[in-house]
Amino acid sequence: MHKRRISPANKGYFFIAPYFVLFLVFCLYPILYTLRMSFMSWDGLSDPVFVGLRNYQRLLGDHVFRIAIFNTVKISLVAIVFQMACGIGLAFLLNQPHIRLRGQLKAIYYFPNLVTAVSLGILFSLLFDWQGGSVNRLLMALKLIGAPVNWKLNAGFMQNVISFILWLQYFGYYVIIFTAGIKGIENDVLEAAQIDGANRFQQLVRVVLPLLKPIVIYASIVAIIGGMQIFDLNYAIGTAMGDPNYGTMSMVLYMYTTSFVNYNYGYGAAISYGLFLLIVLFSVIYLRMTVKKEAR
Amino acid sequence: MSKDDFRPSTVRSRSGWDVLGYLFLAVLAVLCVLPFYMMFVNATHENAVINSSFQVLPGKYLARNYRNMASMISVGRGLMNSALISVTATLGAVYISGITAYGFAMYKFRLNGLLFWVLLATMMLPAQLGIVGVFQLMNSLKLLDSYLSLILPAMVNASAVFFIRQYIEAYFPESLMESGRIDGCGDFMIYHRIALPIISPALATQAIFLFVGTWNNFINPLVLMFSQSKFPMPLLVQQMSGTFNRDMGVIYLGISISVLPILVAFAFLSRWILGGLTVGAVKG
Repeated sequence: MHKRRISPANKGYFFIAPYFVLFLVFCLYPILYTLRMSFMSWDGLSDPVFVGLRNYQRLLGDHVFRIAIFNTVKISLVAIVFQMACGIGLAFLLNQPHIRLRGQLKAIYYFPNLVTAVSLGILFSLLFDWQGGSVNRLLMALKLIGAPVNWKLNAGFMQNVISFILWLQYFGYYVIIFTAGIKGIENDVLEAAQIDGANRFQQLVRVVLPLLKPIVIYASIVAIIGGMQIFDLNYAIGTAMGDPNYGTMSMVLYMYTTSFVNYNYGYGAAISYGLFLLIVLFSVIYLRMTVKKEAR
Repeated sequence: MSKDDFRPSTVRSRSGWDVLGYLFLAVLAVLCVLPFYMMFVNATHENAVINSSFQVLPGKYLARNYRNMASMISVGRGLMNSALISVTATLGAVYISGITAYGFAMYKFRLNGLLFWVLLATMMLPAQLGIVGVFQLMNSLKLLDSYLSLILPAMVNASAVFFIRQYIEAYFPESLMESGRIDGCGDFMIYHRIALPIISPALATQAIFLFVGTWNNFINPLVLMFSQSKFPMPLLVQQMSGTFNRDMGVIYLGISISVLPILVAFAFLSRWILGGLTVGAVKG
C-alpha cells in the first residue's frame, strides 16, 4: 500500500485525538443519551417507553421543581453577593502595604475552598444539631437561650446556613483573584487619586471598582453557573429529600433523587435539561444587564 | 473624617480606618478557623459530653472514638481509595491536557479553531447534565462500582487544556520545535524531550486543581459506587454520619480525618497553590 506523508500541521490531530476520544465517550455520549432519555419513561428494569414531551410538560407544572429553583437561586444569590462584596473589600484592604500578615490571612481565607464540601456540610449539620450541637451548647452556656433550638426545622434558617458555608468556601478564592486584579491597576492611578484628596473609601468606589469590573463580571458569571448546580451541601445537610419539607431541595438534588432514589430516569433526565436551560437563561439575563450598564 | 485620611497610605497611620480594617480581617479569620477548631475539639470528646456542654479545649476520648470508628468503618481504606482514584485521574488528566494543549498551540491544522471553540464551549456545560447517561454508560461497559468509572471521566478537563495552552503560547517558542526537527526528532519526541520540561510548571499547577477536584468529587461516587470497601473519603464520611447515628464524637473524628490531609498538604503547598490560582487571572 502506498503510504502518504502527513502534512506537518495535520500531525496536530494525533496530539488532540486522545482528549476528543475520551470527550466523545465520557461527556458527549452521556449528554446525548440523557437528552434521548428525557423523552422516555424508564424505571431501569422494564423497557424504556417513548413518551414525547410528557416529561417536560410535567416539569412545567411540578411544584417541587419550582421550590427547587427558588431555593437554588436564593441560596446561591445570598452567597454570591457576600462572596463578591467580601472579595472586593478584602482585596482592597489586603492591598494596603502597611497591613500586616497579608500572606497568612489570604491563606486562612482560602483554606475552606480546598475542604471537601460534604465534610463541611456534615460538620455544620452537627454544629447546628438540636440536642448536642455546639451552637446550641454555646448559646446556652452564654445564657442567650434557655432550651436548645431545633434549627433544622426552620427551612429559611437552614438555607442561610448553606449560603454561609458557600460563602465560607469561596470568598477567599475571590480575595486572591481580585487582589491580583488590583495589582494590575497602575499604582500611579491610585496615587493620583490620593493626591487629588480621595480618601480610601473614595479610592475603592471611584477608582478600584470600575477598573475591577470586568474581572468581577467574569467571576460572577462563573459563580452563577456554579451556584445553579449546588448539590453536595444540600445533600449533606438535608438528605436526598431536601429536609425540612423541601427547604434545602436544590435543582441538582431533585434531579439526583428523581433518577437515583426513585429510579425515574426519564423524568430525572428532563430535570437535567430543565436545569441546563435555566443556567443558559440566567447567564444571558445577567450578561444583558451588565453589558448594558457597561455601554452607558 | 479625620485629617489622617488625606495622608498618603505609604505613611504608616493608626487611623480609625485601620482599626476597623484589622477588626474586619480578624473576624473573618476567626470565622474561617472556628468551625475546624470545633471539629477537632469535639473529635476528642465523648458523645455524652458533647451532648451536654460546650467544649473549648480538647478532651481525652480521641483514642476511644477512633476505636469505635475503626470497628465499623476502615478510614484508612477510604483514604487509600481516594488517593488511588485522585492520583491516577490526575496523572492521566495532566498528560492528556498537556498533549492536547500542545497540539492546539503548535499545529495549525484546519479544524484547530473550530475544535478549540468546541472545547471552550464545553466549559459552560453543567457537570451534572449527563449523569443519567454516565450511569447507563458505565452500566453497559460493566464499570459500575469500579475505580475506573470515576477515573476515566475525570481525565477530560477543558479548563486545564485552556490554561496549559496559554502557558505554551507564552513560554514555548516555535524555534525550539524547529531545532528539534533539524536534529531529527519526531514530533512526539520533541514534545516529550523538549516541550514537557519547559511546560512542567503549568502542568504542576493544573495537577493541584485536578487533584483537589477529583478528591472532593461527591456526586459521581454517590451515583456510581456501591461497595463500601471502594468508597472514596467524601462518600465514606457521608455514610459515617448515618452509621454512627447519634455518636457525634465519632462523626466529628471522621470529618477531621477527611480534612486533616488537606490541611497538611495546604500547610506545605500554600504558596504554590495561591500562586497557581492567579496564573490565568493575570494573563487573561
